[in-house]
Amino acid sequence: MTLSDFLILGAVLFGLSVAGIFINRKNVIILLMAIELMLLAVNMNFIAFSHFLGDISGQVFVFFILTVAAAESAIGLAILVVLFRNRHTINVEELDSMKG
Amino acid sequence: MIPAPGEFVLLIPEIFVLSMACLILVLDLFLRDNERVISYWLAQISLGFVAVITLALNDGQTHLVFHGTYIADPMAAALKVSIYLVTALAFLYSRHYLYERGLFKGEYYVLGLFAMLGMMVMVSAHSLLTIYLGLELLSLSLYAMVAFNRDAYPCTEAAMKYFVLGALASGMLLYGMSMLYGLSGSLDIELIAQALGGKAPSAPLIFTTTFIVVGLAFKLGAVPFHMWVPDVYQGAPTPVTQFIGSASKIAAFAMVMRLLSESIGSLQPQWGDMLAVLAVLSLAIGNVVAIAQTNLKRMLAYSTISHIGFLLLGILSGTQQGYAAAMFYVITYALMAAGAFGMIILLSRAGFEADEISDFKGLNQRNSWFAFMMLILMFSMAGVPPTVGFYAKLAVLQAVIGVDMLWLAAVAVFFSVIGAFYYIRMVKVMYFDQAEDDTPLAAHFDLRFGLSANALAILLLGLFPGSLMSLCRQVFGN
Repeated sequence: MTLSDFLILGAVLFGLSVAGIFINRKNVIILLMAIELMLLAVNMNFIAFSHFLGDISGQVFVFFILTVAAAESAIGLAILVVLFRNRHTINVEELDSMKG
Repeated sequence: MIPAPGEFVLLIPEIFVLSMACLILVLDLFLRDNERVISYWLAQISLGFVAVITLALNDGQTHLVFHGTYIADPMAAALKVSIYLVTALAFLYSRHYLYERGLFKGEYYVLGLFAMLGMMVMVSAHSLLTIYLGLELLSLSLYAMVAFNRDAYPCTEAAMKYFVLGALASGMLLYGMSMLYGLSGSLDIELIAQALGGKAPSAPLIFTTTFIVVGLAFKLGAVPFHMWVPDVYQGAPTPVTQFIGSASKIAAFAMVMRLLSESIGSLQPQWGDMLAVLAVLSLAIGNVVAIAQTNLKRMLAYSTISHIGFLLLGILSGTQQGYAAAMFYVITYALMAAGAFGMIILLSRAGFEADEISDFKGLNQRNSWFAFMMLILMFSMAGVPPTVGFYAKLAVLQAVIGVDMLWLAAVAVFFSVIGAFYYIRMVKVMYFDQAEDDTPLAAHFDLRFGLSANALAILLLGLFPGSLMSLCRQVFGN
């Protein structure tokens, strides 16, 4: 396995997550999953570089990203619950009360 | 490997804000609803103290501590003090607004202080890791603040949009950071600059730069990555909009400086071109679409986008003069934005939100003093002399002309003239339209006083721009 294999895997995962955010028109939970996937794609990059550079700081960065991702999804789910209470739907297409 | 005790001294402002935020969080649990104001005052007092500490610790030198992850330099000190000032204004304006709507809770000020702590970390960050952590602390607190009025529908929709696009922006930025780490082998800003210094711009480097610029553009709200700005500004409670629109812009400026100018400064021709495209699009879309708005918060959101265009113009020139002009611009813009959203808060009362342009009709008949304050704010945003907005725009244009980009300066002036239309329309609405609503302004003394001081400061800075301008130049060493 070479560095470029890992980088291609990271790029594919990243591309999937961006596509997931923009193509998905149905469900906010899928958006949260896509965001999570995006951070994991970045983690893949960091670990691959860290391994091939022989430098530990990239792996330390990954721990921080994982921690922040946990906090981020906690806040995202909290907003989602509040949204569902107010609107009784989590359909992305119905989040359109503001325009202009 | 353990940092020397002396290194912690430079961190006292951050440690102090963190301790006060935790203290207020715990103390607030023991307060009854009628004593809630204690949390507010503690937050304000901490802002005063931390400003004193920051100024006392600043000796005009650059200190790098904690293995190069934290930097204390004159730019950080100046930006931090302006962040404290704008945050104090945001807290001041929010107090009665939140109280009248039953939202006056300690959490608001705790989240505000944590967001400010995130900004402080961003301003003083000197490694990709600290930049990311500061940014996330700021963003996570802001998501929660936007959703603060949890029973009101537009607030939660705005929070969801802000969350998704903010996370997307962080993801883009992180991807760029991971590539930058791979190409330079380090997370430290200075080591990255050294590693990339002599290299010719290769395809991977430009690829990396693109991701970083896109991430930053999302966070700043530059066109074409601006779609969250109007919805979040309109949907969030007005004091939160004010906080997002003012203080966080200063921190975003610091992040752009650390990431673009200090770490990949050798790629300035490449990211300069990218920023030029973003700046022209922001100026065009921001100013033209703002004309079509009837909601004042939404109009100010598009106005923010156009001001971000101006800010980018200063940064893309890549000269010390340009950076100083951009810093002057962002500090004065934060004050203007704080004042403009403050006016919406001033005119609002329980059960009534003065966020439509028509709510300002005939303000001069109702209260000529505050109509005049709004006039100063609008003229300053439009860039009419002698307000400070004029000097901010002038300094940026000088910097752009200084690097022989006359066409950019011409585009900026052209769109500023278009932009002047909707600011002056506000003045027309206030002075020449008949008031539909004759209710006298019922705002409290502290809000009136703060808002008057804010608007007069903009006029005074416009009459005497020298001291702030020389401070900005000094920070960048010329």
